[in-house]
Amino acid sequence: MSLDKDTVRNIAFLARIKIPDEELDHLAQELSGIIGWVEQLNEVDTESVEPITSVADMSLYRRKDVVTDGGYQARVLANAPDPEAGCYTVPKVVE
Amino acid sequence: MPWIIEGETGDWELVCGLEVHGQVISNAKLFSGAATAFGAEPNSQVSLVDSAMPGMLPVINERCIEQAVRTGLGLKAQINLRSVFERKNYFYADLPQGYQISQFQHPIVGEGSVLLDMPDGSTAEVGIERLHMEQDAGKSMHDQDPKRSFIDLNRTGVCLMEIVSKPDIHDPEEAGAYLRKLRSIMRYLGTCDGNMDEGSMRCDVNVSVRKVGEQGLRTRTECKNLNSVRFVMQAIEYEVTRQIDVYESGGEVVQETRLFDSTRGETRSMRAKEFAHDYRYFPDPDLLPVELTQEYVDKIAADLPELPDAKKERFIGDFGLPAYDAGVLVASRRTAEYFETVATGRDAKTAANWVTSNLFGMLKAKGLEIWDSPVSAENLGKLLDLIADGTISGRIAKDVFEIMGETGKSPDEIVEEKGLKQVSDEGAIQGVIDELIDGNPGQVAQFREGNEKVLGWFVGQVMRATQGKANPGLVNKLLRDKLSA
Amino acid sequence: MANLTELTLAQAAQGLAAGDFTSAELTDAHIAAVEGARDLNAFVTETPDIARERAAASDTRRSKGEVAGPMDGIPIAVKDLFCTDGVLTSAGSHILDGFKPPYESTVSQNLRDAGAVMLGKANLDEFAMGSANITSYHGNVINPWKAADGKDRVPGGSSGGSAVAVAARLCLGATGTDTGGSIRQPGSFCGIVGLKPTYGRCSRWGIVAYASSLDQAGPMTRTVQDAAIMLEAMAGHDAKDSTSAPIGVPNFAAALSGDIRGLKIGVPREYRVDGMAADIEALWQNGIEMLKDAGAEPVDVSLPHTKYALATYYIIAPAEASSNLARYDGVRYGLRVDGDSLDEMYENTRGAGFGTEVRRRILIGTYVLSAGYYDAYYLKAQKVRALIAEDFRKAFQTVDAILAPATPSAAFPIGENSDDPVAMYLNDVFTVPLNLAGLPGISVPSGFSGEGLPLGLQIIGKPFDEETVLRIGDVLESSAGFDAKPSYLKGDA
Repeated sequence: MSLDKDTVRNIAFLARIKIPDEELDHLAQELSGIIGWVEQLNEVDTESVEPITSVADMSLYRRKDVVTDGGYQARVLANAPDPEAGCYTVPKVVE
Repeated sequence: MPWIIEGETGDWELVCGLEVHGQVISNAKLFSGAATAFGAEPNSQVSLVDSAMPGMLPVINERCIEQAVRTGLGLKAQINLRSVFERKNYFYADLPQGYQISQFQHPIVGEGSVLLDMPDGSTAEVGIERLHMEQDAGKSMHDQDPKRSFIDLNRTGVCLMEIVSKPDIHDPEEAGAYLRKLRSIMRYLGTCDGNMDEGSMRCDVNVSVRKVGEQGLRTRTECKNLNSVRFVMQAIEYEVTRQIDVYESGGEVVQETRLFDSTRGETRSMRAKEFAHDYRYFPDPDLLPVELTQEYVDKIAADLPELPDAKKERFIGDFGLPAYDAGVLVASRRTAEYFETVATGRDAKTAANWVTSNLFGMLKAKGLEIWDSPVSAENLGKLLDLIADGTISGRIAKDVFEIMGETGKSPDEIVEEKGLKQVSDEGAIQGVIDELIDGNPGQVAQFREGNEKVLGWFVGQVMRATQGKANPGLVNKLLRDKLSA
Repeated sequence: MANLTELTLAQAAQGLAAGDFTSAELTDAHIAAVEGARDLNAFVTETPDIARERAAASDTRRSKGEVAGPMDGIPIAVKDLFCTDGVLTSAGSHILDGFKPPYESTVSQNLRDAGAVMLGKANLDEFAMGSANITSYHGNVINPWKAADGKDRVPGGSSGGSAVAVAARLCLGATGTDTGGSIRQPGSFCGIVGLKPTYGRCSRWGIVAYASSLDQAGPMTRTVQDAAIMLEAMAGHDAKDSTSAPIGVPNFAAALSGDIRGLKIGVPREYRVDGMAADIEALWQNGIEMLKDAGAEPVDVSLPHTKYALATYYIIAPAEASSNLARYDGVRYGLRVDGDSLDEMYENTRGAGFGTEVRRRILIGTYVLSAGYYDAYYLKAQKVRALIAEDFRKAFQTVDAILAPATPSAAFPIGENSDDPVAMYLNDVFTVPLNLAGLPGISVPSGFSGEGLPLGLQIIGKPFDEETVLRIGDVLESSAGFDAKPSYLKGDA
């Protein structure tokens, strides 16, 4: 499967990564190369195979319903670029 | 009676489904140990996990699983013993991880149903498609600054139950009844407090229309995050009219999310271009599937409180109440319990009347909820006993009730203190009557001429003379006897 | 005392216990080494003050008879992928500029609790994505080994800085992480021991996530015994990580009995790839012979889906990464490049903040998860993964461990393989299958390439059987007798 410029642009938008126009062609080529290479998996017969999502052979640990965390506003804001009034701030969002 | 809208080109009907998001009642969040309480300082109930710091991982809260299963059982739904959390990937300021942990292909609860109590006393059934668990998002505030939006992540990660109905709703009244019933069930179970105005229950509405008799479904639109039952009903009404107009003028309804303007009661197309979301769901690799045993589910089922439908049936059967009254009483679990305390061992219809008119009236006037009622169920019961055994009249009882509301005292105390016992002493009443008859020959004459109304005047006079304490039945009988003699 | 940096971790622990030197002395010697080797660029952030503090605390404990264990007072490097409280953590990326975590990762905390002394944060490929440590925002790491041509060579990746710090004797041990070979491959390229434990053996909490179902922390040391000691301090169940195995930590060092008689060692035929380099083939054969001489029995096994492991990995890892890296958006920490709107701010920040390899993998990952492609790529890969895991399960019914090469070549010069991303990915051919199956694996320096550069052999074990892996590794190490030192240390820089 070959990826064209438009596809790369759309994917880049889904991933919110700005890509300069002049890089799109080369990137499309590279990505097409990688995707073409991974398509070798089509050779494998997986008809009756269940997909694995974890190799952790255990059951999901469930914790008790007790408040054990939070309550440290300063810590969670410590690395924020532009905190104010106890909040994170971002460019204005129009809803 | 199906709701039919007459258009220019024929009759139309509504096809509507609701998606309700309910915040689960729990102390801590779904995947983080931070608190869930409403109204705290911004970002003070935010853990490192909630703020999506590098290297943070989710750990599930066992109570959230229980609450979801409990709700599923309350919806008479299939509990899926195996369910999977998936990541729903998108970017937004109130979504720090850049994905929401939700359930997509394998939700914890499958199909169920909800029975609606319609205002006219009929019932309708709305199917439930599924219920799944997911993380709530944070809050963005846009009015603090002209150039910036402020983000508070306190709400991020609180457990939500998303309940998806089947498109079985065909009339705004049904939508309202469905929401109220759903809220009632969750409140009965203690799994969600259903306070739409606080945002702990939100509703998305999917609306489409079609000609009556048409098979298949037409394009639907979605209205999100409506936070009152009234808005939901208004949004539906507006959308139905709008969509019919579009079709009848030769257009096509566009699949889109619309905003509901509550001040105008209208829905509007979103101005900004809506990008097609590709959520790229995949199973969350930081978690494992939730595996429940049938025993686990059965234990929760065994501990469920009696739910509204069953309670209503029992009230109808055991107390002989009409369906409508039973429905009103079971809408809230606390009301039902209050009523049952009053009604047990007494005349149920009387109890029902006192609760639904006198008590509800008093609570409304005082702005109180039933659990803060100044009149306890036990005391109301005692009041009814005093009427039943003739100690006081119905009229006096009303006064006593008001005083109970002001003082919280028991009716016996009040009756004693104020000497309100009904006078049923024939001799005493006879004495008063004789005096009145002697003193009012004109009215006596009117009565004998056939004026029944003047009997009422006499009764009134006797009541006045006895400070309202005379037994009205007895007064009537004795007066009639004397006057007719 | 220059020879303090020549000790193994185990020898240093003995020396401290015997009172031959203090942790302060040991640490100072290593701080000096770190400062003198800055041209290798093994560290992103040096932490000499913290190191001296912790060394002093260790000595105090020792004087009171309250030693925490064999790691107490031992100077180590911590891969800059582990969040360290109050200390810059970069993940090798521009996008985490200025980020000082207000928390410590479980594994590095475990090491702190064991008394280890942190010399600094080791350089790495950006977000652990790479096999040569040439994608770090903080510059390439240089392998202290050189061939006759004198060219600068890659140390391998992504834990290149950690591998170099150990190989160049700048620390006694280093933490690494391994998602597709990032501990074992640089281990092989730098002539040191690299151990990737079973998935779930070490906690992932506080480690910057790359691919959640594959990432695993592990020790990088000069000897197998050192790795055993360090793993014991790192490992353990963590309730904050839902994929952390609820099992106890054995005394790994006690497993080094030196006796592997009767153990069946699988030799997977599919690892003999077409056009395999002669020196790798020879190394492998030699390894088989050495283990046979020690009393183990080589057994031919088949892992039929081996050749699909790389493609499987390069679908699953980027997919998970594309989601794990969505949080780097300029809102709460790290780099922010402004924009007129929220989306613009995201795009500018991430466009400027991520390097080209990371960008490539995020885009691949986004693509293979996207509508219409999920089944063909991601779901397919998870099914092939199941087959790969099953291959190993079947093989382990007849053998106790598997012996294979660690890398298809020795360290290559910086600049080679960098035009074609896929060519770079092929470096992981022998290491990736274990990550997909969640199995433990160790790379032990066992010989040299034709050019005189180190090569490692890999021992793969059953789930949670690091003890057998270490035991065999220890015997292999003794038999191979690899005691060469990097040219850098001989003054051949």
